[in-house]
Amino acid sequence: MTRWIGQNRGFAAALALFLALYLSYHLMHPRGFSTAVLVQNSNELVAIGFVAMAQTVPVLLGGLDLSVGAIMTLAACVASWLLDGTPLQIAFGMIATLAVGTAFGLLNGLIVVYGRLQPIIATLATGAIAIGLALLIRPNPGGNVDGDLNWALTNSVFDFAETYGIGQDGEATWLAPFVNIPLPLILLFGMACLVWLPFKRTVTGRTIYAIGSAEGAAFASGLPINRARIAAFTLAGFFAACGGLYLAIQTSTGNADVVQAGAYTLNSIAAVVLGGTALLGGTGGVIASILGAMILRAVSFYFRILDIDPLLQPLIEGIVLLAAVSAVAFRTFRVKNQLELFR
Amino acid sequence: MTALTRIRPADRPILIAFGFTILILLIGTAYTLSTTGTVPLLQPSYLMQQLQIGSFLGLCAAGMMLVILTGHIDLSVPWTLTSAAMVATAIGGPWAIPAGLSVGLCVGLVNGFGVSVLRVPAMIFTLGLDTVLRGLMVARTGGFAPQDQATPAMLYLAKAKLLGVPVALFVWIAVSVLVTFLLARTTFGRSLYAIGTKERAAWLSGIRTRAVVTGAFVGSGLCAALAGVLLAGYSAKAYQGMGNSFLLPAIAAVVLGGTHILGGRGRYIGTFMGVVLIVLLNSVLSIMQMPEALRQIIYGTVIIGMLLIYGRGTRISE
Repeated sequence: MTRWIGQNRGFAAALALFLALYLSYHLMHPRGFSTAVLVQNSNELVAIGFVAMAQTVPVLLGGLDLSVGAIMTLAACVASWLLDGTPLQIAFGMIATLAVGTAFGLLNGLIVVYGRLQPIIATLATGAIAIGLALLIRPNPGGNVDGDLNWALTNSVFDFAETYGIGQDGEATWLAPFVNIPLPLILLFGMACLVWLPFKRTVTGRTIYAIGSAEGAAFASGLPINRARIAAFTLAGFFAACGGLYLAIQTSTGNADVVQAGAYTLNSIAAVVLGGTALLGGTGGVIASILGAMILRAVSFYFRILDIDPLLQPLIEGIVLLAAVSAVAFRTFRVKNQLELFR
Repeated sequence: MTALTRIRPADRPILIAFGFTILILLIGTAYTLSTTGTVPLLQPSYLMQQLQIGSFLGLCAAGMMLVILTGHIDLSVPWTLTSAAMVATAIGGPWAIPAGLSVGLCVGLVNGFGVSVLRVPAMIFTLGLDTVLRGLMVARTGGFAPQDQATPAMLYLAKAKLLGVPVALFVWIAVSVLVTFLLARTTFGRSLYAIGTKERAAWLSGIRTRAVVTGAFVGSGLCAALAGVLLAGYSAKAYQGMGNSFLLPAIAAVVLGGTHILGGRGRYIGTFMGVVLIVLLNSVLSIMQMPEALRQIIYGTVIIGMLLIYGRGTRISE
């Protein structure tokens, strides 16, 4: 246990911070802990959680993807046209949405690898293109999303089972231990476990970490650098599209909002840092970034139960973010040889 | 192509940006000739007006370039600009402009402290400070545009004309000359390049890297604040989110001008050309009444396309 903490200090600190924030939130909550509150909280988490996951992969190899918010918006706009009709049509719509995001991520990867541009500036430009496409698809906010789908995916497992008649409408005994788990949480962590954890163990996945630690060494060891880079940006596009898909289902609308897209991108960077992933690359992971997103959200939950002037909310959010990232700086004052601070 | 290869690599982006600016002007003129039969784009008065609007972006880009040269980035420009404008209009009187600029100075000092002493990545620290500034301004104004009016001095700087040339353009040129001098002729300027190339080596050779990086952020804060004061003068008042549309174009202008996003390389004249290019691109697109969606797509494509023409980064194996 102590060894694990030593190896994952950033993750452990983030976990402790989140638990402290979230448990005291429930202790202070006037109605106490309930499934309804949990469902509501997790609903607010999903979109930023997915975008934070998306941001993590390029950050691990030492780049940044400034287009994740835009890809999410593009995916949400595509989804707002396609998620209605027969179950088959809806399933096709979901796959098409994810495909659009993944393809855009692939385009990012190709530009970064074969165009040999800096990721931060290449994705800044492709982000503008993604927003432009989203505006073409949805000039005005709106959309048509299947009501059952919206209800089933934004509530607890019980409601999901009831809506689609699984396990005797959710009354089956084998389903009993799970009925109160919010479905959004299952989607978020399920996607992380099913996609990220297996991917991390492949050669391509390990190469992403290797590039972030020492690119020259990774190249000299004959690791597939180009493939890993393209895969990283493609995966970022995929996760961002997951976020967009969920956002469209949750709100039943697509909205090509430039400001919102930018806010999601910037918050995703904040979530990645809070989760303990180094912006220089090489250490960290996708699960940690979900934790970072949870911390960001947990802070905003407090505004509802504490009687804080709404006008002070942005200020408090900013101060918490600034304090959290500055806390990492304690390391700076313990360094014996100052040369270690510089690269 | 042989002529292109003979030019120094550092000058190539500047020449390409210049050529592209001419190309945009020609396309715009061809469009106006074919639709209305006039050539507004080639009239000096129109160009002056566009450059007057562009001077706000130009000031932001000048400050941004100082920071990017050190290998950092300043994401706090939007609300530094807005806060400076709001503080300047709120104070009013003869102290309006110094008050606005002092906001930029404070923001720069805090950014510099966070990035160079605490060593928090600039990307996240400046972003956090941007959020804090937004919070302060929302708490102060209640989320509405403040009622305060810009002072006559601010109106003069932003709107008046001297010898037929907008005063704002003179301000931009003055700042440009100052930055060019700083970068080319002073120890501070050379230290910026040194830190951007290899901070470790710069520190070992006796450059006070903390002070220099803080200086770069102070420069960026002051430039953004000056842009805010001028913009408040131009629109006669400060309003919420007035700086939001300046951050990404400023970064784009710096990079299109040939400055390396990871620091260490770039010339100020390139940033100047980058700003002119973006301003003219915007103005041609609005003459063509391009919808916002296509505008964003063209904008993104132009940046990617130009960077691909500039010559791509070096391979890891080289």
